[in-house]
Amino acid sequence: MTNTWQDIKNANVVIVMGGNAAEAHPCGFKWVIEAKIENGAKLVVVDPRFTRTASVADLYAPIRPGTDIAFLSGLIRYLLEKDKIQHDYVRAFTNAGLIAKEEFGFQDGLFTGYNEETHSYDKSSWDYELDDQGFAKVDDTWQHPRCVINLLRKHVDRYTPEMVSRITGTPQDKFLQVCELLATTSEPDKALTSLFALGWTQHSIGAQNIRTMAMVQLLLGNIGVAGGGMNALRGHSNIQGLTDIGLLSNQMPGYMTLPSDKEATFNDYMKTRQFTPLRPGQISYWQNYRKFFVSFQKSIYGKAASAENNWAYDWLPKLDLPMYDIIRAFEMMNKGEINGYICQGFNPLQAFPDRGKIRRGLRKLKFLVTMDPLDTETSRFWEDFGPQNPSDAAAIQTEVFQLPTNCFAEENGSLVNSARWLQWHWKAAEPPGQARSDIWIMAGIFRRLKELYQKEGGAFSDALMNLSWNYADPASPDPEELAKEMNGRTLADITDPTTGAATLKAGQLLDSFAQLKDDGTTVSGCWIFTGCFTEKGNQMARRETTDPRDQGIAPGWAWAWPANRRILYNRASADLAGKAWNPKKPIIEWNGERWVGIDVPDMPPTAAPSAGVGPFIMNAEGLGRLFARATMAEGPFPEHYEPLESPAENVLHPKVRSNPAARVFADDRESFGAASDFPYVATTYRLTEHFHYWTKHALINAILQPEEFVEIGEELAKEKGIAQADWVKVSSKRGDVVCKAYVTKRIKPLMVDGKPTHVIGCPIHWGFTGQARKGYGANTLTPSVGDANTQTPEFKAFLVNVAKSNGPEV
Amino acid sequence: MNVNRRGFIKLTAAGLAASGMGALGFGHVGEALASSVRAFKLAAAKETRNTCTYCSVACGILIYSMGDRAKNAHSNIIHIEGDPDHPVNRGTLCPKGSALLDIVHAPTRLTAPRYRAAGAGEFKEVSWDFALDRIARLMKDDRDKNFIAKNKEGVTVNRWTSVGMLAASASSSETAFLTWKVARSLGMVVFDNQARV
Repeated sequence: MTNTWQDIKNANVVIVMGGNAAEAHPCGFKWVIEAKIENGAKLVVVDPRFTRTASVADLYAPIRPGTDIAFLSGLIRYLLEKDKIQHDYVRAFTNAGLIAKEEFGFQDGLFTGYNEETHSYDKSSWDYELDDQGFAKVDDTWQHPRCVINLLRKHVDRYTPEMVSRITGTPQDKFLQVCELLATTSEPDKALTSLFALGWTQHSIGAQNIRTMAMVQLLLGNIGVAGGGMNALRGHSNIQGLTDIGLLSNQMPGYMTLPSDKEATFNDYMKTRQFTPLRPGQISYWQNYRKFFVSFQKSIYGKAASAENNWAYDWLPKLDLPMYDIIRAFEMMNKGEINGYICQGFNPLQAFPDRGKIRRGLRKLKFLVTMDPLDTETSRFWEDFGPQNPSDAAAIQTEVFQLPTNCFAEENGSLVNSARWLQWHWKAAEPPGQARSDIWIMAGIFRRLKELYQKEGGAFSDALMNLSWNYADPASPDPEELAKEMNGRTLADITDPTTGAATLKAGQLLDSFAQLKDDGTTVSGCWIFTGCFTEKGNQMARRETTDPRDQGIAPGWAWAWPANRRILYNRASADLAGKAWNPKKPIIEWNGERWVGIDVPDMPPTAAPSAGVGPFIMNAEGLGRLFARATMAEGPFPEHYEPLESPAENVLHPKVRSNPAARVFADDRESFGAASDFPYVATTYRLTEHFHYWTKHALINAILQPEEFVEIGEELAKEKGIAQADWVKVSSKRGDVVCKAYVTKRIKPLMVDGKPTHVIGCPIHWGFTGQARKGYGANTLTPSVGDANTQTPEFKAFLVNVAKSNGPEV
Repeated sequence: MNVNRRGFIKLTAAGLAASGMGALGFGHVGEALASSVRAFKLAAAKETRNTCTYCSVACGILIYSMGDRAKNAHSNIIHIEGDPDHPVNRGTLCPKGSALLDIVHAPTRLTAPRYRAAGAGEFKEVSWDFALDRIARLMKDDRDKNFIAKNKEGVTVNRWTSVGMLAASASSSETAFLTWKVARSLGMVVFDNQARV
């Protein structure tokens, strides 16, 4: 989230598209109701289903799963055509006026540079034209035919209301009503907030779904302001934290990235991470990358990382592929290329697409380790549970370790919420029986491996041997020690440049990432967290409820990264002179000497507005990007591509139907079904009574929603002779689910390109352990393909058939 | 917190004797009222601040447990409710958060390490030492066999692709950081968390 949960109350219009906050984030959604009641806000919901969020909306528009880019591109076209954009904001704070390279182009569904064999792009033309000094050329009058705003205008011109309706199935009048309402927030003092979740990410074009809305928000001048922003309502309690700390194949803490094979030396690595400003006077904050990197290497390798060995650069693993994501991991497992798998609080047999493939992969493992408070399906994959998990245990040679861990109530530690708040929590009781913390288990494995390498030697072990491990109890590091390690310390006195007085003594905890150095005299395990645990104590444990002007900032409650800043890009909440666009809800303003207000400025505090420092300080041009340069896999502008399994042709460019940059493994492509056999569009989702595959272990939740079902619209049910609560068999090319039918008015057929299209809803929560009834799991049906940038699986749009059934065969 | 929420109610009742009612000459009524207020069960419980384990709204919760946290006392969690001071949830919880007590005490909580040998039909309980020793052995044998120190071009790459790990998006940041350190120091690249699902 760019903003906070409470800040939603400042919105004038709220759009929930790609999520269902009323059911998935109920206590956060309360702030939408607050906005409606206290601020007269209007709520717009665009969703294939009439959800509980839709039930309290002022305006609901149905949409076919997987067509959000067409809808939003039509919205952009509307805003540009009706001139409903916040001109001063767009001109000063976005790259609308920057000029793209002459070679850049788009034709018949493809951008320039496509390679059909590799399904990828040479992106060299996706950039700005540079002047002699290396700065991007700009035309602030927007007359140049190749300035971004004109290229965008041309790009979205095809998305007329007729075309949008043809692709999405949204009736034209509904679409236009949404456009009209959202356009009202182009007024400088009005804000629209976008709330989204997996409904946007879990598509083969997921990242571009979000980009398209971010572009809308830039055009309307709604990023950085109170009641505005792009607000990803994240799922798990610390999904934000694990992303921040880089527990992803290609990531390092603080959004640094692992090196690739092409970056043989530290110098090669740093070359692509220079982040030279692309416009004069811009901050381009990633210029400090080297400081973050060196401080990180010093943190984890201590004295063993030095200038002489390039800060132990070689000890980091290098990647020969963009990433070893989970879809790839199970592809490798199926090919016998992975022998061991460790699942720490993760249940892939339920969570990842094409369950049959997941099960076949697990069977090929030599060993599987699970660490979990609960008895997960993954840890029991080898056991026969009847039709929901048929298995011949004797034929499976996998050694399985099921390790019991504590739960949230039995530990100290911090979690990062959706609004980037690091909140400390305290232990209330001991875990049951012999259950232990994940920290204790990881330390146990590490110490044993180190001992084995000391005793026996073996493969390269310098990184393992020199890993910093300065904990009072090496077998059980304390969470506070680890939090301080992430915050970081100085190894030498830090002096005030003006007075010369020591502000921090050697060994003391750092206050801010601005203190980090690239000479090895500072250490920090996660630079964006610096400031969370200082000499003043654990800032994450703060519980001060004061909220200036009741504007939803609460700056003394816990601590937010970066630098306790609650609203990202908040410089953009003020106009070119530094006055708030919305005088009733200012965040920071220029007082003639510095930026002051209720939040930590996202700007050097003394950078005068006249200096023209752009509010998007992490971007090299300082501007919000309507044109993404080479950062995306499938293009610098979003384009509508059909899901990999779709009932419709791509009417914009029939030859390029789906995402041309999608990575699809050959066996997965074989398992995609066609609309002739699987005529209905299916989408997965969550119920308000359940959290993933956990709450079926909790009695109350198991009683509330005891049994696997699918939602089918009344028209389709009638056509198929399916009555309320009948058994049905739902099939995709990958497998069948036998469950109950819930016949509903909430899903209605959509007219897509003149053809009625039915949508079937598949809640995901059932498996074969816990207290609810046994279920097959919706991932039995879903295809193994991900977003081209992130490899997030396409759970939200695929094809199935449905028929009446006699129930599971026992 | 010096006075917990439930204790405050009792103090208020006792205060009645000394103030309003007492001033009117009904002091003894106040005293009787105060003494007739049965102590709430939660008044004897320890209150611990925590956050909900489910979604990323991160609602504040108060956990009540019996047991005084002495070394020889085993705390038992008896009640969980929303934290009314929390700026986001302000005391409210959803159908998942309201049932947190049931996940803490789920009958399917695991209590001992278990091991399933190749081809076996069931788990058997094992000691932590057995489990961790065996895991370390299996990891090391695989790593020594399959670790890639240099690629074909002779570039040092130090990666291990034949054992993978999934980390938990509901674990603490502190757990996550230690996990990162251990996994990467071994050269693991098949490494992920629930960020995508």
